[in-house]
Amino acid sequence: MTALLAVERVSKHFRGLVAVDQVSLSVMPGDILAVIGPNGAGKTTLFNMIAGVVAPDEGTIAFCGERIEELAPDERCRRGVGRTFQNVRPFPALTVEENVVIGALLRRPDVAAARRHALAVLDRLDLIERRALPASALTLPDRKRLEVARALATEPKLLLLDEVMAGLRPTETDRMVAILAGLNRDGLTIVLIEHVMRAVMALAHRVLVLHHGARIAEGAPETVVRDPAVIQSYLGAEALG
Amino acid sequence: MIALWRGLAPRTRAWLAGFLALLVLTPLVADRYLLSILTLIFYFAYVGQAWNLMMGYAGQLSLGHALYVGLGAYVAALLWVYFGVGPWLGVFAAIVIAAAFGGAVGWLGFRFGVEGVYFALLTIAAAEFTRIAFDHLAFAGGSGGLFIPYEEGRLGQWWNLRGGQLLFYYVALALAAGGVALVAGLTRSRLGYQWLAVREDEAAARALGIDAFRAKMAAVLVSSAMTAVGGVFYAFYYNNLFPAQIFDIGRSIELILGPIVGGLGTVFGPVVGAFILTPLGEGLIALTARLGIDAPGMKAVFYGLTLIAIIYVRPSGVWPWLARVIGVTERVP
Repeated sequence: MTALLAVERVSKHFRGLVAVDQVSLSVMPGDILAVIGPNGAGKTTLFNMIAGVVAPDEGTIAFCGERIEELAPDERCRRGVGRTFQNVRPFPALTVEENVVIGALLRRPDVAAARRHALAVLDRLDLIERRALPASALTLPDRKRLEVARALATEPKLLLLDEVMAGLRPTETDRMVAILAGLNRDGLTIVLIEHVMRAVMALAHRVLVLHHGARIAEGAPETVVRDPAVIQSYLGAEALG
Repeated sequence: MIALWRGLAPRTRAWLAGFLALLVLTPLVADRYLLSILTLIFYFAYVGQAWNLMMGYAGQLSLGHALYVGLGAYVAALLWVYFGVGPWLGVFAAIVIAAAFGGAVGWLGFRFGVEGVYFALLTIAAAEFTRIAFDHLAFAGGSGGLFIPYEEGRLGQWWNLRGGQLLFYYVALALAAGGVALVAGLTRSRLGYQWLAVREDEAAARALGIDAFRAKMAAVLVSSAMTAVGGVFYAFYYNNLFPAQIFDIGRSIELILGPIVGGLGTVFGPVVGAFILTPLGEGLIALTARLGIDAPGMKAVFYGLTLIAIIYVRPSGVWPWLARVIGVTERVP
């Protein structure tokens, strides 16, 4: 089976700073890969290279066996890469429903059909009662779920989630974990950047740990959290506490 | 069109039908002066609508829409004066040429990431360049102007836009109503949603697979083409064109005030704005004339003050508030 996403030795420098250094990863269909690491480890830069917001200085990115590192973000989305933003970016003046309809219109040019699909997605993300509200009126947990709903409405093969658990209370985290686990059971492949270890442990099939832009560990969640290098650089206080 | 109508709430339909019927029947009782004011209102509602499509929906600020009015006017007038091609045919040439200019401005701006105020400056520059060019185009009359000759024998040729106030009243009404229907239809389409997404957050729109460049180009093409049709109307209504007037930045500003006052990004905002501003401006002119005051900049000052007052009281425009008051919804929830 070929990998859905294959990142080969990508690097990105910002002026003198090495943000991402020769990182490779591969994601099989149906996988959930979590990317963890301290702030500034290069997680979001890696993400942005996969989503097409920044171009890698070197290395290749293949999606469904085709090279995509030169493509624009909208073209990558059309090929099946969906994403959320770390700082949520719903369309504030539009309603929750309109936000998701815009995502749904990608595969369904007919507005009525897109609306039906959007309502189904909203139902799945527990946002159906909020559909007529302007997105700017939502609470943070609701906005996070709207962000996921909107990306999901584009029917991605791969969903990139950038810290969707950040700022959520434990009960809300569990709710998001349950939703994402359900989507994964239905065949969605997920790559997530996450600091909330509770969510990582519950969701991830594999964990990739970045530090100073480079990979320091990769493997099953239970193995990675016991890795001395990972504890040293990232988990430290949390693991000891 | 039928689908649009069906999509409206019954109360909205009743208001719309009543309002339209009232305007259709107005000439039965109104005098020539009132009809001329209403004609001007419809004209501003229409060109305001065209601008609103680009700014209110797609979020791209143009401060040079006089360019498309002027191009539409000159193209149709030249075809008529030199070749006897009537405006009903000339309008297509006007659309093509104005859209070509709009496309060029849009391409320069969007391709090279010229955004916001800088894009607005680009639109001003395009209008100014064209004004200067027309000042020196001898075959178009240069700065001395282009005149559509008065021909008694052609009066009553409505298909050539030769006629009296009543003809222009109905043509302007049809334009305004058509503009509302077109924008209402477009904004409920896939393209309309893409415009909203680009307006709200371009990076997020692209992350949802929207080709932002294409969406913005579509907005500027449709908007410039629509505006050119208004220009054709202008040419045959006034029968004289001067580059210093028609391409002037003051004209570009004048036509965007209505949508801002009425409500950006709403279908009826430009109409409501035109109904508020135009009578006020014309009333002021009539008043100063009666008082024997000659103050050329007065209308602009007055519009400025009105704009400040209305934006202070209703920051999102008059229409969103008015719609709530009369219980009308524009967007189907």
